[in-house]
Amino acid sequence: MIDKLTYSERQSASFILVAVAVVGLLMAAFGNSNQLGVHGVIVMIFAAALLYPVLSAIYAPEPVEDREASYYDDPIKVGIVLAMAWAIFGMFMGVWVAAQLAWPNLAFDAAWSTFGRLRPTHTSGIIFGFGGNALIATSFHVVQRTSRARLAGQVSPWFVLFGYNLFCVLAVSGYFIGVTQSKEYAEAEWYADLWLVVVWVTYFILYLRTLARRKEPHIYVANWYFMAFILVVAMLHIVNNLAIPIAWSSAKSYTIWPGVQDAMVQWWYGHNAVAFFLTAGFLGMLYYYLPVRAQRPIFSYRLSILSFWGIVFFYMWAGSHHLHYTALPHWVQTLGMTFSVMLLVPSWASAGNALLTLNGAWDRVRSDATLRFMMAAAVFYGLSTFEGSFLAIRPVNALSHYTDWTVGHVHAGALGWVALITFGSIYTLVPTLWKRERMYSAALIEWHFWLAIAGTLIYIFAMWNSGIIQGLMWRTYTGENTLAYSFVDSLVAMYPYYIARAFGGLLFLIGAAIGCYNIWMTVKAVPSTVPATPDAPETAAAVPGE
Amino acid sequence: MAELFHRKIERSSIGFAIAIVAAASVGGIIEIAPLFTIDGTVEEAPDMRVYTPLELAGRNIYVREGCYACHSQMIRTLQDEVERYGPYSLAVESKYDRPMQWGSKRTGPDLARIGGKYSDFWHVAHLMNPRDVVPESNMPAYAYLARTPLNLNDLSQHLAVQQTLGVPYTDEMVENAARDAYGQAVPDTDFASGVSERYGEATQVRAFDGVATQVTEMDALVAYLQVLGRLTTAAYQNTAAPELPPEPVE
Ligand code: HEC
Repeated sequence: MIDKLTYSERQSASFILVAVAVVGLLMAAFGNSNQLGVHGVIVMIFAAALLYPVLSAIYAPEPVEDREASYYDDPIKVGIVLAMAWAIFGMFMGVWVAAQLAWPNLAFDAAWSTFGRLRPTHTSGIIFGFGGNALIATSFHVVQRTSRARLAGQVSPWFVLFGYNLFCVLAVSGYFIGVTQSKEYAEAEWYADLWLVVVWVTYFILYLRTLARRKEPHIYVANWYFMAFILVVAMLHIVNNLAIPIAWSSAKSYTIWPGVQDAMVQWWYGHNAVAFFLTAGFLGMLYYYLPVRAQRPIFSYRLSILSFWGIVFFYMWAGSHHLHYTALPHWVQTLGMTFSVMLLVPSWASAGNALLTLNGAWDRVRSDATLRFMMAAAVFYGLSTFEGSFLAIRPVNALSHYTDWTVGHVHAGALGWVALITFGSIYTLVPTLWKRERMYSAALIEWHFWLAIAGTLIYIFAMWNSGIIQGLMWRTYTGENTLAYSFVDSLVAMYPYYIARAFGGLLFLIGAAIGCYNIWMTVKAVPSTVPATPDAPETAAAVPGE
Repeated sequence: MAELFHRKIERSSIGFAIAIVAAASVGGIIEIAPLFTIDGTVEEAPDMRVYTPLELAGRNIYVREGCYACHSQMIRTLQDEVERYGPYSLAVESKYDRPMQWGSKRTGPDLARIGGKYSDFWHVAHLMNPRDVVPESNMPAYAYLARTPLNLNDLSQHLAVQQTLGVPYTDEMVENAARDAYGQAVPDTDFASGVSERYGEATQVRAFDGVATQVTEMDALVAYLQVLGRLTTAAYQNTAAPELPPEPVE
């Protein structure tokens, strides 16, 4: 991979890595024995691990071919491998924390392994590690293919990919040693947050510059979603993470937002992390890989416009539905509820658009598990957005909030939508990238599909049951008008469901492991000699299905 | 017509990016900015006191351990919650909370008014191993907190940042943060009197973890738990169930 870089590009890569290592050294020196110091050491190791291959190939022969005549796929390949590695890590942590709720002694009396510290390693591992790497990889792929242009940079795609993974490593390793802001889905501390801003700005510039090279006059719809993902996540990340460190030599900071304002900012962030990280970005995937795999154009261009702007505008109002009946002023709760209900229109427009695109390709859905992954993802997207709007209604939320119902809802989205669309996209992408005719084993994709579906269904049914039971027990009164159940009564009722949930998660994890094996075997296989259709900027169709 | 217009902005990546930022900014601005300007968003509570350095350190341990992943600190305006946990939470009660710990999940009960509900002894036993006290519990054991000495060195820096952010800590409080933290957990020393002087007579000064010779993380966390819901009595006034906070358990 390094042989594709020129000598001067290898030099700038080395320079960047040395600079990162120096920052790590400073962190280690100033943080001495505290958590910042530990992270300094991790930064140095990370930079050194990348510097080694660059330096050992620095005088290797330079590339001779015209690089602009081909797409830049190396960072995409690495991104997919990283995404799958994070998937296994994040899902394993998920199964572990789920098991801890059923068998609390699985924390082994250590500090780093208690539920509160492990939970964010699961959420960040999945959202940022698995989801984020998958988004970066697929966005690099989609923007090149739909623009018929090579990525506008040789080193910057690597910077984005590895810089982003450094953020993920700092975030997740921090939780184990107690570095956290406690802001859900934004737990990483101030220095990791600053680093992510640098990476993200580079990502955006790279994306815009690649779009600027496009040979098509119009920007394809998948890129709208990727742009919204990059831009809005930047806004959310910066505003929610504004904080003052107690010292430059300390990992600890205090957010500038107090109490009720902090709650509002946090859930404005939290809900829109769902919207723009876990929805917009993955809709970008859907709008490219689904039509490619189904070999049909998107059903309706108008519906895509409607749903895109609906999502961008409505979602940003919806966060306050996380704060119904709290000390947040009533008018904000009402706005959040109203917009959450309206959100159903663009959400179902997207899901409908995806499913109607499959019209005429149902035979392929039946025979091709990869396409079925994407179909199921669109169905779960439709279901979980409906459930989301429903749960945002105040009286419904009175019952569901604080219970496992919310957890089930999130996983209908995370397992059913995000993970399934990602696996479908990756199974479409891997053979293309590595120039193989198809995946190593279609049977293993079937296995993965059914394990994933079974795991998801077991998970969400368990959480519907536990959540609704819990919510009802808390509000049940006796004939004498006193509360019928103590909290512990409701806890005891949860155990069977906690076991079922851990089992569902385990099935899902096994499916992902099978997927890794299948990808690995595909990569190892002999490349097909004749590419089916040439895949280069000069030739390929820009927009799927056209 | 609209479609034609859209065809046009689809041709400009910068234009498209600007349109996205514009459309996405409205909701947040309208919902967040007024929370700072509309009076009454945060109620008045003249008796509201700040966290002592020991309680603040305890709060940071609560944050660090992710207790918020299982416990809320936000009693909603629902009858069953008020009956189970006490008067519903007011915005003013978390006005010094950075970050807020309202939480989103109750695997365990709400803790907004846990202060005074149990003795220190109960909390320590419970945190050492919850199943010793409540056999059905799935809360993790936190025995290591009792083994870990509290880091007092940077407490002044903590208070200084809070002061910058508008929490009414005096310079004297900032300066004496480490001493006050020590004094609050080690009664019968000269340091202890400073705590009541600066933070009020009602401040609880005692060996929270039962060991009066050392300040541990357990001291700090229990001190924090025991003050939850007791920084102001505002929630007990003008609510559906006016009463005074219950007497703390000894
Ligand atoms: C895995 C979820 C979980 C985590 C993490 C957790 N708890 Fe708990 N907690 C519970 C459950 C369940 C109960 C109810 C059973 C019991 O009393 O042990 C509980 C009860 C409590 C109680 C008693 C509440 C009452 O009204 O009886 C306190 C106090 C408490 N926890 C404090 C903490 C603190 C402090 C932390 C962080 C250091 C923490 N918990 C972390 C689950 C959790």
